[in-house]
Amino acid sequence: MLATVMTAPSWLVSAAFGLFERPMLALQKMTGAQRIAWVFLLPNLVIFSAFTFLPIALNGIYATTGSDRILLGERPFVGVENFASLLACDNYLQPNSCERDIFWRAVHNTGYFVVVQVGLMVLFSLLTALILNRNIPLRGFFRGVFFYPVLLSPVVVALIWKWILQRFGVLNAGLEGLGMPTVNWAHMGFYTLILLAGLQAIPADVYEAAEMDGASRWRVFSRITMPLLVPTMVVVVVLSLIRAVQAFDEIFVLTGGGPGSATLLLLQYIYETGFAFRPQLFGVAAAASMLMAAVLLVLTLIQLRAARSRAEG
Amino acid sequence: MALSFLTLTRGRGRFDLADWLTWAYLVLALLLMFGPVLWVAMSSFKTEAALQEYPPTFLPLAPQTATVEGYDEPLQLFRVTAGEHEGKVLAQIRRVGLMSQMVDPADPSQKFQVNINDRVPEREFALATENYSVLFERFNFGLYFWNSVFITVVATIITVLFNSMAAFALSKYKFRGRTLVFVLIVATLMIPPTVNLVPIYLVVSQIGLVNSPWGVIWPAVATPTGVFLLRQYMLTIPDDLLDAARMDHASEWKVYWRIVLPLSAPALAVLVIFSVMWRWNEFLWPLIVLNRSEQFTLQLALNSFQGDLQTSWAPLLAMTVLTLLPITLVFAVLQKYITTGIAQSGVK
Repeated sequence: MLATVMTAPSWLVSAAFGLFERPMLALQKMTGAQRIAWVFLLPNLVIFSAFTFLPIALNGIYATTGSDRILLGERPFVGVENFASLLACDNYLQPNSCERDIFWRAVHNTGYFVVVQVGLMVLFSLLTALILNRNIPLRGFFRGVFFYPVLLSPVVVALIWKWILQRFGVLNAGLEGLGMPTVNWAHMGFYTLILLAGLQAIPADVYEAAEMDGASRWRVFSRITMPLLVPTMVVVVVLSLIRAVQAFDEIFVLTGGGPGSATLLLLQYIYETGFAFRPQLFGVAAAASMLMAAVLLVLTLIQLRAARSRAEG
Repeated sequence: MALSFLTLTRGRGRFDLADWLTWAYLVLALLLMFGPVLWVAMSSFKTEAALQEYPPTFLPLAPQTATVEGYDEPLQLFRVTAGEHEGKVLAQIRRVGLMSQMVDPADPSQKFQVNINDRVPEREFALATENYSVLFERFNFGLYFWNSVFITVVATIITVLFNSMAAFALSKYKFRGRTLVFVLIVATLMIPPTVNLVPIYLVVSQIGLVNSPWGVIWPAVATPTGVFLLRQYMLTIPDDLLDAARMDHASEWKVYWRIVLPLSAPALAVLVIFSVMWRWNEFLWPLIVLNRSEQFTLQLALNSFQGDLQTSWAPLLAMTVLTLLPITLVFAVLQKYITTGIAQSGVK
């Protein structure tokens, strides 16, 4: 079915690829059949260099320079000033005592968001995966039910819930509290899918052996299912952590960070500092990005470890 | 007991508490997952007046009217719920204080006085399609839709082409630096674009792509996920096939697009689905790069309309429905491929 959809305009595809036949053959005669690999790599590498490698290198330069100019040559070097101003705080638990109080409010909000959101997400997706793993009819359909919102755009998701809330007259009272349930609603299906794959990878004969021994259901769950699911759980926890640290879209559309800065998250702070507000403090935004990147890097390294132990176990 | 129902992997022929809880959960989930979308879809067909009504109805209902002899305007119909005319359907001529002056449409000669608390409006199923037509007439919907389609389609074509070429080179050739290039590309998975917004913006603005759809397309096309996914898949294609083609004097380009690409169709399909989803739903980067409303994608247009207090909900809901419709259709057709593709690759 999918193959038919994709190959339907095959004459068009053939014509398009055929166009490159002669130039590529000419190149091949110049480079030889082995070094032509670089020609195949080139387009991707050029784009990658321009929009990934180069920016990674430049981020540090922005973070250590000041002013609202975008061109690097026009930006005076300020050393660690941007970092220092972000980290200048009498008491890190009280954003008001910090030089950049909004940044710390965003850090606090993001920390709270990450902890509660990831907790709820793991809980609900685990529950759902366990239920879908039972021998129920229409399993594929129900798997799809949970997965459908994952594909919807964050803006659409936010508007759907904003509409429902405003319809039941709790818009002003409930908007702050709505962010997390909305994000959970939208992304739960993704983690459910991963956990379900983990559950289905547990060999059936382990369960059969437990049943022969007359193990209780609780014992089967706590002694077989959970221990064997731990590596998958770690992957899910870290993946949802990585996403939660970068949360932006849904919350921004729902609340705009308000009321005040009660729901302002880290990425929104970076967006507003660097792009939405004037003067555009690119240096501060880049410094805040690098602090966020450090957190993400640690989380990703944990994930890689977990993924490796999952592959081995 | 509360948790023990979760441990079962197979039903045992009898319908016990565990099964009841399972089905209760699934039915609740069905309502919770599809309900909101369905309700927004229904609401998008309601008139602005019906949208304000409390308590809200599920179906789009509009007040029923009737043309009554002797009156120029159509009159609204009400069902009388108490008093001497109970059960009758009457048309309202005018309201005076707490009383409503009504007339029987079948017999316009007689007028009645009915307390306004003793009557409920008669309503009928009616689709307010003007919510949709107004999008095209007043809200430039066609333009935003085109912008979104252009970015999604072009970015996806370039993504699949560039990523598959790179994956082909990384999986089917041995050359110095191959491992280094591969590791470099995959390592950037650790550094998401969200932490490099400022320098990416510099590059985009220096090439002059601010306020251009290409400013959204180019930074997005060299996905490490795509290269990784395709390379892993292409490694499973036997090299003998390629060598056989080379014996027949096929050029390397021909080997790539005549042999390796068709054989990679399942992995390409996964990447196409991902790319379409990513680009259609993308929000933060377009928000930064596209500042002029004529360049807005659907997501940006939706966001700017909902922030505008002048905009009423009726067209906004219609626009929401039209934005989620393409993805919903893709999902309905390709559900199986999407869920297995994501479960296997662990990305989204």
